Amino acid sequence: MTFPVLATLILLPLVGAIATTMVSGKRVESVRIIGQITALATLGVTLWMLADFRTGRAGYQFLSDHSWSSDLGIRWIVGIDGISLFMVVLNAILTPIALLASQRVEERAKAFTAWILVLEAALMGAFLSLDLVLFFVFFELSLVPMYFLIAGWGHGRRQYAAMKFFIYTMAGSAFLLVGILTVAYLHQDATGLLTFDIRVLQRWAPAGLAPATAAWLFAAFTIAFAVKVPLFPLHTWLPDAHTEAPTAGSVILAGLMLKLGTYGFLRFVLPLFPDPTVRYAWVLLTLAVVGIIYGAIVAAMQPDLKRLIAYSSIAHLGFVVLGIFALTQQGLDGAIFTMLSHGLTTGVLFLIVGFLYERRHTRLIADFGGLWKAAPVMGGLFVMTAFASVGLPGFSGFVGEFLALLGAFLTHRWFAVVAASGVILAAVYLLWAVQRAFTGVPEGENATIRDLSIRELTCVVPLLGLSLFLGFYPRPVLDRIGPSVKAVVAHVERSTGYEAPTPSAPESEETPAGAESEEAE
Amino acid sequence: MGTLDLIWLVPAFPAFGAAVLLLFGKRIGEPISGWIATGLMFLSFLTSIVMAVAFVGLPSEAEHRHVVTVFDWFASGGFEVKMGFLADPISITWILFVTGIATLIHLYSIGYMHGDARFSRFFAYLNLFVASMLVLVLGSSFLVTFLGWEGVGLCSYLLISFWFERNSAAVAGKKAFVTTRIGDFGFMLAMFLIFAHLGTLDYGAASEGVSELAGGTATAIALLLFLGAVGKSAQIPLHFWLPDAMEGPTPVSALIHAATMVTAGIFIVARAHPFFEASQVSQDVVMWVGAITAITAATVALVQNDIKRVLAYSTVSQLGYMFLALGVGAYGAAIGLVVAHAFFKAALFLGSGTVIHGTGENQDIRTMGGLRRYMPLTALGFIVAWLAIAGLPPFAGFWAKDEVLAKAFFHGDYAVWVIGLLAAVLTAFYMTRETFLVFLGNERFRAAAHGEDAHEAHADHDAGHHEISTESPTVAYPAAPKEPWLTHDPHEGAPTMIAPVLVLAFLAVIGGLIILPFKGIEILGHFLEPAFEGVKPIYPTSFLAGFGLSVVAVGLAVTGIAVAISMYRRGLDDPDDDPVNRRLGALGRVFGNAYYVDSTIGRLVGGPVRAFADWTARVVDQGIIDGAVNGVASGVSAIGGGLRRLQSGIVRQYAIVAFAGVVALLVYVLVRSL
Repeated sequence: MTFPVLATLILLPLVGAIATTMVSGKRVESVRIIGQITALATLGVTLWMLADFRTGRAGYQFLSDHSWSSDLGIRWIVGIDGISLFMVVLNAILTPIALLASQRVEERAKAFTAWILVLEAALMGAFLSLDLVLFFVFFELSLVPMYFLIAGWGHGRRQYAAMKFFIYTMAGSAFLLVGILTVAYLHQDATGLLTFDIRVLQRWAPAGLAPATAAWLFAAFTIAFAVKVPLFPLHTWLPDAHTEAPTAGSVILAGLMLKLGTYGFLRFVLPLFPDPTVRYAWVLLTLAVVGIIYGAIVAAMQPDLKRLIAYSSIAHLGFVVLGIFALTQQGLDGAIFTMLSHGLTTGVLFLIVGFLYERRHTRLIADFGGLWKAAPVMGGLFVMTAFASVGLPGFSGFVGEFLALLGAFLTHRWFAVVAASGVILAAVYLLWAVQRAFTGVPEGENATIRDLSIRELTCVVPLLGLSLFLGFYPRPVLDRIGPSVKAVVAHVERSTGYEAPTPSAPESEETPAGAESEEAE
Repeated sequence: MGTLDLIWLVPAFPAFGAAVLLLFGKRIGEPISGWIATGLMFLSFLTSIVMAVAFVGLPSEAEHRHVVTVFDWFASGGFEVKMGFLADPISITWILFVTGIATLIHLYSIGYMHGDARFSRFFAYLNLFVASMLVLVLGSSFLVTFLGWEGVGLCSYLLISFWFERNSAAVAGKKAFVTTRIGDFGFMLAMFLIFAHLGTLDYGAASEGVSELAGGTATAIALLLFLGAVGKSAQIPLHFWLPDAMEGPTPVSALIHAATMVTAGIFIVARAHPFFEASQVSQDVVMWVGAITAITAATVALVQNDIKRVLAYSTVSQLGYMFLALGVGAYGAAIGLVVAHAFFKAALFLGSGTVIHGTGENQDIRTMGGLRRYMPLTALGFIVAWLAIAGLPPFAGFWAKDEVLAKAFFHGDYAVWVIGLLAAVLTAFYMTRETFLVFLGNERFRAAAHGEDAHEAHADHDAGHHEISTESPTVAYPAAPKEPWLTHDPHEGAPTMIAPVLVLAFLAVIGGLIILPFKGIEILGHFLEPAFEGVKPIYPTSFLAGFGLSVVAVGLAVTGIAVAISMYRRGLDDPDDDPVNRRLGALGRVFGNAYYVDSTIGRLVGGPVRAFADWTARVVDQGIIDGAVNGVASGVSAIGGGLRRLQSGIVRQYAIVAFAGVVALLVYVLVRSL
């Protein structure tokens, strides 16, 4: 039996969490060390897995499949492919950084560390599960640590924000649970086999489900994931949750938990319900485009820096959804790339705002000013990250957004045109914020603010460096995403009459005579 | 081919410099970091020369384009873009003057930025700026060009708002980036269209595919690319960022106006000319936008009182000429003017930088005068550049502009030709006015002028102007400050500042040699020919007709100069009483306020647009959408009989039960898998 590397990724953080609970709460240092070692070990295993990952293959790798409850048909199936690979990697990267950034959390540091590790485990589980029930369990489980992180270590109206976050997502999940059970039941009805195995279900569902049923199930899954993304107009839990969450919570919330929604679309909605996906793509594309524009406009007017970044996330995730429902290779590639890239750049933005809050105990843009002069390293890095977030070529954000827009342009031209104007708005809200908070002459407390420490730089620089690297050399990621995306698009094409466009250089001999007149309209 | 394979070194030198100075600049310090940056820029220039020589040395039967692929950049399905550089006549021309002028500007900056707290940082940005521009012009595909294109935008932001402690500088940088981003939006859509219809973004393959495009598609692509050009090259209606861009240190203005940034728009139209050639509509749009911008910006420049603002509007106007030429299809003439303009505009900006430097940061030409006595060498350089831009033979500006106008005439676009001539008269006038008010005539800086306070007042005034607010932005018009300001004599700049001005002025004189319109010796035109294969050349109907046109143009330029001299021969008796304002009256106010475009946009953005955004954020988002969510929640909770406490208890219990369940599950699985 081969080493169960994926199970290790899920269990290792959990073991670490349990280990931290066994240390006395007074020995904060030991707790931190155990937490950090666990997170780094998980990162190590992840990198080992990444190195072993076979590029160019579409299917699941490191697959392990064990019966759990044969009566209920639930199985422990974990596997990884190009769609989940970089979410797992991002999880492994962000967790140690989140822990390192939280060194100032003195209050109940033990519980804090444990919850972060539990969160890592739950997210690993969610991105690795190939059994619908198993996925649902991890999907729900991830809410618990996040709830406690916000409610226990948050700011201001943390109880309200945590509750809103929990109930909102739970309400969405109810639809998901009903959807999962219905699909499995209908499958059992048709074939006699009770299973939640996505590999089995996705082979049957596209043809096996009646069109109307498929549409209803599509709606159930979509609502759950749309809340998580969040898609306009289901987004209002996000700014509250982000604003009140501790820095580590915000980094992981934006970097990973939102991606559970878009991941859900890619892993479950497209494969299970290709027909409604094609038919109702315009609904999601519309919401995505509205989210891009609306998120940017509302972001611009936020007085709170963290709320501004939260709304910018809504706009960024709009690009992801746009790319997914473009249903083209470029669109999906761009969507997944943006999921990774947004985790890096928004992570840095949240980290720096968190560091600022520790110094100034405020996040209001109006309270800042001239920070670039007072703290040049922090200012320079924030401005650099702002441009990365705006989608400047040379940073990873551009690669993802460009591909998502390009993919959408091929199938839904006008959606892409409107969405592309979001790149102008992104520059407006971020640079306006930079102008108000970072430029000018610092006064009062702003003038004597400390610049970033080595520890804080250690949190920020790797993420930004990675974003820069992937901006110039996205191939390592795109090559690993590509085959799995191709398989998904091909699956949708096979199951429906839909055909993804494949532009290629027109060669005069082969161009059919009608092509000219077709383009003319 | 070996030599040309190293063409990536041209952008690599300054890019390396930027990286080193960004990371270690502070430790390296002044002035070493300035010399490192200048040295690397010079290396890049030398490499460019080597590349040009290697390129000219290609056998005549060879295809005059050479692509070097450095690595694979994008790959997604059928969408593949390589990080590749293209050597062809267009890119070679551009890298030569960009690196040459940039080297001089770097050298000049060592003196100009002396003592600045962020000296090293400045040179890092300068290096990155030029590196981006070089990537832009060398890119082998639209996407690589776009990488440089946006890099230029980033650096313009960083450099314009380099003195970000001043709010006006911070706002000007943001304004430049956001405004040009509107153009970038067009550039992106153009790339999407090109890929959707041609399946490639590679220049070579795309150009070959143009003939297969439907007319409407070609027009759409051309116009979207032109939108990008309009943003970067500050053409109407996206011109308003450029005059504010002078908030940056003066060498930055020189770099933006002469070598980098604004010529990017000209470049992309020249580079993508097959798309424009395929669409008469797009060519007409380019030509008319250019012509209208040329004349409008020239009228605005008439009454500006800021030494750099006159030059800024002059750049907008000159760029209009270049687009006019592009629209006519006279690509060689447009590029000739790009090169000539780069020489004299860099000289003018660097010269004005020396003036500002030597007169206690004064920028108001009404309170200068007679400076040639204190800075003779700078005055010499500036005067030569003035004669060049005014269009007098034998300076480069004459040949270049004359060529543009002649092409328009012989192409049959008489209306545009007349507009161009009118703009030429105005150009001669406003540049003469500036030159006389600065370097000649009476000395007005002792009694009538202002000091540090006034300078700050000027900055404050600009702050109000640039801020997105309802305040009416005005262009320093007309009241001049009163208090005496200069306690010492104005002084000449350091040798490292004088030399670049003189070299550039020299180039403005002899630069004309490469664009002489005479058959057989049109060096630049002949060199560029292979890049514009298939473009219909425009010939004068006869030599005499061409000569006649030149006589008319020179006559008009002399008229403009003469009128200005008659008004400003002795300078100004009273700085508040500028004859040009007296004569122009109400029209002068319109010109002075740049047709109120900037103030209208400012009011719109500060007023209705902001109110709408605020309404969206407060009423729609918090009121309606979030209100509905909380309404549902409190409704549910009311039904539950106000069991708020219990409710939160349930969440806790659920959490713990769910957690316990998962732990049990994991334990089970672990046991099974062992």
